[in-house]
Parts: sequence; structure tokens; C-alpha cells
Amino acid sequence: MGQDFQTIVYDVNQGVATIKLNRPWAYNAFTKEMNREITKALKLSSKNEDVRCIVITGEGKAFCSGQDLQDVDEKTNHADFLRSRYHPMLKTLKEIDLPVVAAVNGTAAGAGLSLALACDFRLVKSGTKFMSAFMGVGLVPDSGMMYVLPRIVGYAKSMEIVTLNKPITSDEAHKLGLVTELIEPDEWGEKTSAFAKQLANLPTKAFSLVKRYMMDSMHESYEEFLDKEAQAQRIAGQSEDHQEGLQSFKDKRKPHFIGK
Amino acid sequence: MSKKFIKTYEDGPVGVIELNRPEVLNALNRQMIDEIVAQLEDYQRNSAIRVIMMKGNGKAFAAGADIEEMKNDTPTSMELADPFAVWDRIASIKKPIITAVNGFALGGGFELALHCDLIVASEDAKFGFPEVKLGVMPGAGGTQLLSKAIGQRKALEWIWLGEQMSANEALELGAINRVTSKELVEEETMRLAHQLAEQAPLSLRLIKEAVDVSSDVPLREGMKLERKNFYLLFDSQDQSEGMQAFVEKRPPHFKGE
Repeated sequence: MGQDFQTIVYDVNQGVATIKLNRPWAYNAFTKEMNREITKALKLSSKNEDVRCIVITGEGKAFCSGQDLQDVDEKTNHADFLRSRYHPMLKTLKEIDLPVVAAVNGTAAGAGLSLALACDFRLVKSGTKFMSAFMGVGLVPDSGMMYVLPRIVGYAKSMEIVTLNKPITSDEAHKLGLVTELIEPDEWGEKTSAFAKQLANLPTKAFSLVKRYMMDSMHESYEEFLDKEAQAQRIAGQSEDHQEGLQSFKDKRKPHFIGK
Repeated sequence: MSKKFIKTYEDGPVGVIELNRPEVLNALNRQMIDEIVAQLEDYQRNSAIRVIMMKGNGKAFAAGADIEEMKNDTPTSMELADPFAVWDRIASIKKPIITAVNGFALGGGFELALHCDLIVASEDAKFGFPEVKLGVMPGAGGTQLLSKAIGQRKALEWIWLGEQMSANEALELGAINRVTSKELVEEETMRLAHQLAEQAPLSLRLIKEAVDVSSDVPLREGMKLERKNFYLLFDSQDQSEGMQAFVEKRPPHFKGE
């Protein structure tokens, strides 16, 4: 399946689609092609009924070092650049119903950090560093970082991370709530795939509804939100996995969810 | 009239019209519009029907007009066939028409939705007038009805650019009434239809008439019509029932008489 891609390796195995950024010589920096291929792989995953979890990770030492600055010069219109290259990828990521995990195997900087933040979960290899980086080259954080970061760590910490541009160690990131699970390097492969499998076995319909509405709740009134919640529960209540959940509870066994 | 491009059925007091050309995302051709209008008029005459609900079968509400059908038209052939004149008959339907928009409501599809009284959209619905990109413009009421709904400036911007708008943007502008989960758009619209069907039908009818003229006539004229309609309702059995039920602290039961 991966033969169509030049800048990523795409693989589907046991319900888990893995998108591995594959430009290790450039610390997996984004190029136009890589933005496009990530978007395409996300769409392929969302259309594939066998896929119930997506993992984004990097080949080599880095997760992703952000935009490849070789593509940027004094003529670049940064707004057009974002609208045409990054926004389709980020909007696709947000719209996808499935759980998306950033398996941060190494440095995540600039838009690479934004990508990790745009995912639903972050698994982080111990020793990894995060850096906003944007202000280091006189730019503002982009690719949604200023939207997502304060929602995770709050305003004050976001200001520090972005404007002081200090590298954050994986331990600090863990304390800030940026990290779902901190994993030692020798357990990396085993623990990341165990986590992805755990997500792939969740009641996927219910997960998708949580993903769809949890973020919305932050800018909606309580009344609007309660109505959405009622709708979400109506949908989840009609799923096969809910029936399985009820039955397994009665049978006093673990539920086996099929994602429908 | 035979129904080739729509399906119809009744759900209690709710008469449903389902656009049924899913293989072309319910693109509207002339016969389909004729069928829709004829069915609306049937429901108007049918006293068992209190509310009319429209929806699209498949992935879209209606993705526009059938371009194939009109690409060779000339001004003369258009004037002779006058394909959009039939749309005016939708305005004479006095019962509430509410529509569930799932997926695309583009061009003629959006115009059809705007001809309805209330619009409920799925959260992934897309609205827009792409006509400008084909070197034409909306012709079945788009410029008039959208301006009426959201004001001149926003309507101009939207129709000029020919861009699609999300359900939430359309909601914010006041172009539509509600946004629901994509899985529930029909169910929620039907719930709303049944809720309306519980109300006094003559009240709904005279309210629709009064609200419809509000942007067409001078304020004093509108006030006069409203007052007359209000007085007129005191001749109805439903007015006696409604006020009696209120005094007796029980839910009213309206008969539409």
C-alpha cells in the first residue's frame, strides 16, 4: 500500500494505520509533498473500515522538525503557504472520527510540535525534546499551535513555551499534561503498539462522538452543549458496541467491541 | 403526476418529500421540480397533513441543477420554457415546509432549501452558490431569498465568491435554523416537524403569512395584516380550545378548525 508515497511510509496492520514521516536526513521536515501525502494517508485511513486507530510517527532520530526552511525565502507568502499546504492536513486531522496518536519518537519542533498537538494522544519517548521554534526565526506559531496549546496547558505556560522558545524536556512535558505516556527507549516499539491496539479495540463510534464534541464544548454554551450531548448519546445508544457493552455487563465478562 | 425523481410518504401529520436521484447527488432537473411542486400542492390540499418535510436521499440534499439539461439553452428557449416560473408556486404553500439538509445544498439545491420555511442541517452539510464559477448566476430565487435571510452584504459576498459554506457558518449568519449530528439530521427534523404539527394549524398558517410579508411591505401595512390575522384567529375553534386548556392547565388539542 505504501508504494504510492515518497515522503511517508503508510501501513495498515491489525486495525492500526501507521503514517511514518520518512525524511530522516532532514529530521522529517515538512515539504509540500509530505503535507499532501499525510493528508492523503489520513483520508485513506478514514475510508478504510478495518482501520480503528491512526498512529503518526517519525523515521530516525526526530518526530518532525517543522517546515523545511529550504522551501522558504523572502518571496514566500506565508499565509498562502499555510492555507494551501498545512490547513488541508490539519482540517482533515480534526475531521477524522478515529483516534489519532502522535508517537513522538524524537524532537518535535515548530509545525512538527503543532502536528503532535493536533493529535488526540501523545506517546513520547523519554529524552525527547519539544520546541516551539517559531519565534526563533521571527515568526508566530502556526498550524494551530496557538489554538491547541492553551487548551492543553493553559495560557500562562503556553506564553512561556511560545515566546521564550526554550526546549521542553520530555519530563517537563509530562508534568504539563502534554504527554499521554512517557516511554523508555527500550520499550518504545512494544508500548506504542500496545497503546494503539488498545485504542483500536475501543467502541469506535462512541470514541468518534467524544472526539467530535469534546473540543466544541469549550466554545459553546452549556445549553447548546447539553443538546449535542443528547444527540451524541442517541447515536451511541444505537450502536452495536453499546448492545455488546450491556450484554457483557450482564454476562460479567469483558466486552468485545467491533467499532460499529 | 407520476413520481420519477421523488419519493413521498406520510408520517402521521407530516408529509415527506424525498429528492430521489442519489446517483447524481439529487441534481435538480425540470421534471423533478415539477414533481416537487405538484406534491407540495397535494399536501396543501390534504387536510390530514399539517407539516411538510423535505429531504434528500443519499449523500446530498441536492448538489445543484442538472447542467447537462441546460448547457445548450438560449435566452429564447429559456424564455419559452420559463423553467424557474414553477418555483413561484412554492410561495403559495401555506403549511410549514421544513427541510433536512444532509451533505451538499448547492445552487438550485440551496435555492430549494431557501424556499422552505425552516432549514435543519447536518454538521457536515455544505451550502453555496457555485453559479458564478460557471459564468452564470442563481436564477431560482437565490439572490432574493438569501439577501432576505442574511442581509445584502453577506449575500453578495457569498454569491460573488461562489464558495461553499459550512453548516456552522450558515447557522451563524442566520441562513439556516439548526445544526445537528450528521447521523440524526432526519430524525431531528422529523421531531421538529411533529412538534410543529402539534401547534394550532391556523396559527401557523397566519403567522407564516405575516412573517412572509414583513420584508416586502411597509411596516404599517405589516402591522395591519398581523392585527387582522390575530383577530381572525378568534373565530377558530382552536383559539377556544387553546385558551380553555390554558385556564384548565392541560395541554391543548388542536383540530385546525
